[in-house]
Amino acid sequence: MSQNSDGEIVHFDNVGLRYGTDREVLSDLSFTLYPGSFYFLTGASGAGKTSLLKLLYLAQRPSRGMIRMFGSDAITLSRERLPALRRRIGVVFQDFRLVPHLSAFDNVALPLRVAGVTERELEKPVRDMLDWVGLADRMQARPATLSGGEQQRVAIARAVIGRPEMLVADEPTGNVDPDMAVKLLRLFEALNGLGTTVVVATHDVHLLKKVPDSLIMRLDKGRLSDPTGALRYPPRRMPAMAGQRA
Amino acid sequence: MPSLVARSWRSLSATGETEIVPQARLSGPMPWVIAIMVAMTVIALAAGLALRNTAQAAAAELEGGVTVQVMEADPDARNAQAQNALTVLRELPQVASVRLVPREEVDQLIEPWLGEAGGGESASIPVPALLDARIDGKVTADAIEGIRAAVAEAAPAARVDAQSSWLKPVFDAIVSLQWLAAALVVLLSVALTAAVLLAARSALGTNRDTIEIVHLLGGTDAQIARVFQRSIGVDAAGGGLVGFALAAVVILFLGRRFAGLGAGMVDGGALGVTDWLLLALVPIVSVLLAMATARVTVLHALRKML
Repeated sequence: MSQNSDGEIVHFDNVGLRYGTDREVLSDLSFTLYPGSFYFLTGASGAGKTSLLKLLYLAQRPSRGMIRMFGSDAITLSRERLPALRRRIGVVFQDFRLVPHLSAFDNVALPLRVAGVTERELEKPVRDMLDWVGLADRMQARPATLSGGEQQRVAIARAVIGRPEMLVADEPTGNVDPDMAVKLLRLFEALNGLGTTVVVATHDVHLLKKVPDSLIMRLDKGRLSDPTGALRYPPRRMPAMAGQRA
Repeated sequence: MPSLVARSWRSLSATGETEIVPQARLSGPMPWVIAIMVAMTVIALAAGLALRNTAQAAAAELEGGVTVQVMEADPDARNAQAQNALTVLRELPQVASVRLVPREEVDQLIEPWLGEAGGGESASIPVPALLDARIDGKVTADAIEGIRAAVAEAAPAARVDAQSSWLKPVFDAIVSLQWLAAALVVLLSVALTAAVLLAARSALGTNRDTIEIVHLLGGTDAQIARVFQRSIGVDAAGGGLVGFALAAVVILFLGRRFAGLGAGMVDGGALGVTDWLLLALVPIVSVLLAMATARVTVLHALRKML
């Protein structure tokens, strides 16, 4: 894992985002994410959660401000260096965004193939991951034949298969039953325990309580509030965090 | 060196890449467009090569050839002057060989225009006596002038011409047709490039979501471009083979028809082994051109995405 001297994984400084000439959907965002932390991003619909996540998984450049990711300036980063940075981030999209002509197996294997992992090397981890999300018997199914919940599980498996340094998930439990939601959160926690920074956008307040070590980022009309104080006074290491839990 | 070749081929063929975008594989219009383009290009190139062969064969046959016509209305005087000119020409050091074209042969030559009654000694239309001479080296204006001066006294009615000058308009026409064939080859290559460019853009548009996902998963522009390159390469290879086969059938058919004419000049245009090897290069070059076009197009389009 490579961060800057302070060990930060993401740093936003006075970031703003507008689409076209409309008003800013995100304004004056300044915060730091540290490795090994678990963040919930909350806010009402239209608050800008998805836009902020897009900035985090490098699908969008901000209109203003500065973003540092893994020690690199993400704004001025050359196009050639972007893929390497993106491979360090796992993404669970709100609309899953599975590749329609690929099977569940191939969708989950995609990040590994893109990273140059051989077919022999990826076979077992992909099978294990699909088994873990309960889709061992649906490996060859195309996304169109999977239910919403199954598609979401494939999307999550795809996001975590490469053991990313940061996992960004947009409403990852929106389409699964409560048991599966808890199971998926446990997966995120397990990854978090291995050092992965996790950012989960959700409007489900009950979910926040299920991960006691999490920090909360609240978006309100494009501006970030810091109910736990963790963004203003970020912890150096999550295990040392006490009294700033959700 | 073998590893360099293998690496270059891998970069072109993208062997081992997962099928990130759906592969049409000879089911779409692209292979057929390429087949038509390749067929037309091969036929145009074959025509150009046949014309070149025709011109070369004719030029080789006529090189050093000089025709002396004795244009005298009185048959006796004409024959006498022809014999005199023959004697003079035989004595000239620069003349390698000379023969008096027999009357029957001249009659055969003009028969298509004047009919059977047109020639002959008793014909109402006087036909010149012909002498066919070969000189050493090229037929220059000076050489013609020298022969003209030599025969002027012995055969005042003689007219001396280089044989190639008779066919100069034909050679000029052949050169024009060769340029036309070359222009067609270039135009068809441009059309093929344009077709591939449009196909690649269309495929990019259709698969835009998938490409965006692959980008976000850390896929590079080169990886995505290789997938399109491979897809277009397969289409181009299939289309190229079909196009070449079609063109070969047409060329062989036309070759037989022209051979059936039995005309010496046309026979000289027959395609040789080297010509066929050149024609076989057309589908190969088409595949490479299509893949290169697809790569450049896709990379250019991807640069507009984040």
